[in-house]
Amino acid sequence: MVAPATTPVRGEVEAPGRGPAAKSWPAWLVVVPFLLYVGTFLVYPTVLVLAGAFQDPNGAFTLENLVALGRGAYLQAFLRSVELSALTALLGAVLGALLSWAVTSGKSEGLLRRVVVAGSGVLAQFGGVPLAFAFLATVGFQGFVTRFLRDRFGIDLFAGGAWLFELPGLTLVYTFFQIPLMVIVFLPALDGLRPQWREAADSLGGTSWTYWRHVGGPILLPSFLGALLLLFANAFSAYATAAALVSQGSPIVPLQIRGALTGEVLLGQENLGKALGLGMVVVVGVAMGLYALLQRRFARWQ
Amino acid sequence: MAVRVVRSLVLTLLGVFFLLPLFAMAEFSTRGANGTRSLESWSGIVSDRDLVEAILASVQLAATSSLVVLVLLVPTMAWIRLRLPKLRRLVEFLCLLPITIPAIVLVVGMAPLYAWVSYFLGDSPLTLTFAYAVLVLPFAYRAIDAGLSAIDLKTLAEAARSLGASWGTVLLRIVVPNIRTALIGASLLSVALVLGEFTIASLLNFDTLQVRVNLLGKRNAGVSIAVSLLSLLFAFVLLFLLSFVGRRRRDTVAEEG
Repeated sequence: MVAPATTPVRGEVEAPGRGPAAKSWPAWLVVVPFLLYVGTFLVYPTVLVLAGAFQDPNGAFTLENLVALGRGAYLQAFLRSVELSALTALLGAVLGALLSWAVTSGKSEGLLRRVVVAGSGVLAQFGGVPLAFAFLATVGFQGFVTRFLRDRFGIDLFAGGAWLFELPGLTLVYTFFQIPLMVIVFLPALDGLRPQWREAADSLGGTSWTYWRHVGGPILLPSFLGALLLLFANAFSAYATAAALVSQGSPIVPLQIRGALTGEVLLGQENLGKALGLGMVVVVGVAMGLYALLQRRFARWQ
Repeated sequence: MAVRVVRSLVLTLLGVFFLLPLFAMAEFSTRGANGTRSLESWSGIVSDRDLVEAILASVQLAATSSLVVLVLLVPTMAWIRLRLPKLRRLVEFLCLLPITIPAIVLVVGMAPLYAWVSYFLGDSPLTLTFAYAVLVLPFAYRAIDAGLSAIDLKTLAEAARSLGASWGTVLLRIVVPNIRTALIGASLLSVALVLGEFTIASLLNFDTLQVRVNLLGKRNAGVSIAVSLLSLLFAFVLLFLLSFVGRRRRDTVAEEG
């Protein structure tokens, strides 16, 4: 689950006339419950995964788990995950940007926009299992569209195999939640475009094309690229929809981790799930790091 | 004019793409025998005891998780703004960390931890609260952070302190009422997130709404699809309400500025 990051607030201002906080050590006690909680339920499990990736079943240091990632099915899963995430990120970003534009060029606080934003929030962040069932009801074996095409036009959607439960199906369903995420991330950037810029371009004799080519496009480009990274990370870490849709085989990394957790691993490879987890964290971390970099670099234009 | 045509085209095509599955869910879940319509799948929701129990568990989890995350975050974040600005970066980092650690990875590390949790607290689904409070941290953090940024916390707190209020009073009677819209926002997001959560619950073997829906789908797709549609609509209503809460907050900020 990935949500857009807001730009960090810069420049902390100390309270005037107050001494250094360190003087009153009881002040630190207030933060202790939070730190203990987050330490136990967030930091500890994370460290467990990251460290476990480098341990054999007896706890000794080994690189065996990571070496195994470079082999056969695991490498395949990573490649497929990256491919699926990149493809749906691109589709989602382009279509989502179009939808955002269509919504902003209408009335600003209108019902359409409100509905699109709320609907996007639901599908982007809280979809999960229901989305899998939505597509089963639509293009599943007994789905509405499947039946309609079969009864009216004699077209068999599944002539090419059970595509809905394989990568093409995942691509379709992922795009369904990537577009809404793009809307959530990209709308604020579009709102940042001032009408004065458009008027300036128009009054200087510019066409719609020159405006988007020389003003709108360059200003939106960093946001667009940032959103692309965010969408990639989002698809890469998604699990629920894929798990509900694909019950046989593990084409992508999150499903490989399911396999590792539910005991589909060889003896002596109990920590393989952790190595897969480490791999996911690295990929998502790189994408989110680049995203943060873009945000910081171009925050002043938004 | 061309712009208007393109705009309607985009809206129509994407509108169909997004509404068709929802319509199909409604159609599928009202199918009866031999091409008739029936509400059997929908009444099946209430008559399935396990499902009702799972729904109740999820609703309770939504309440406990949003409560825990608010109780954890509000005093900490207010206190850090008032007295420990040095810690702000660390707390922000910790709160946003779950974005970079996918839930499917987190659950790998949580599995051994939950062996201990169930040893001490039993295996009620409510113990998932611990994991869910972590999952909703980033969302709650951002909402509360925005709320705290919108008020002059230092002046308010100093005024209250100089009138003899204790820190507890400052928190409960100054901070909380002033950021109430942010708190409502944070809770609505948490509730929606917890009701939709599947990854952690299913891999730690707890029976929550989404886990039950997924399981049920294997033998009775109609009921699963009905519940799915219902939960999507419910989340939509929550977020739709949220859009009004957020707006009111912006208005007050504008008035103050």
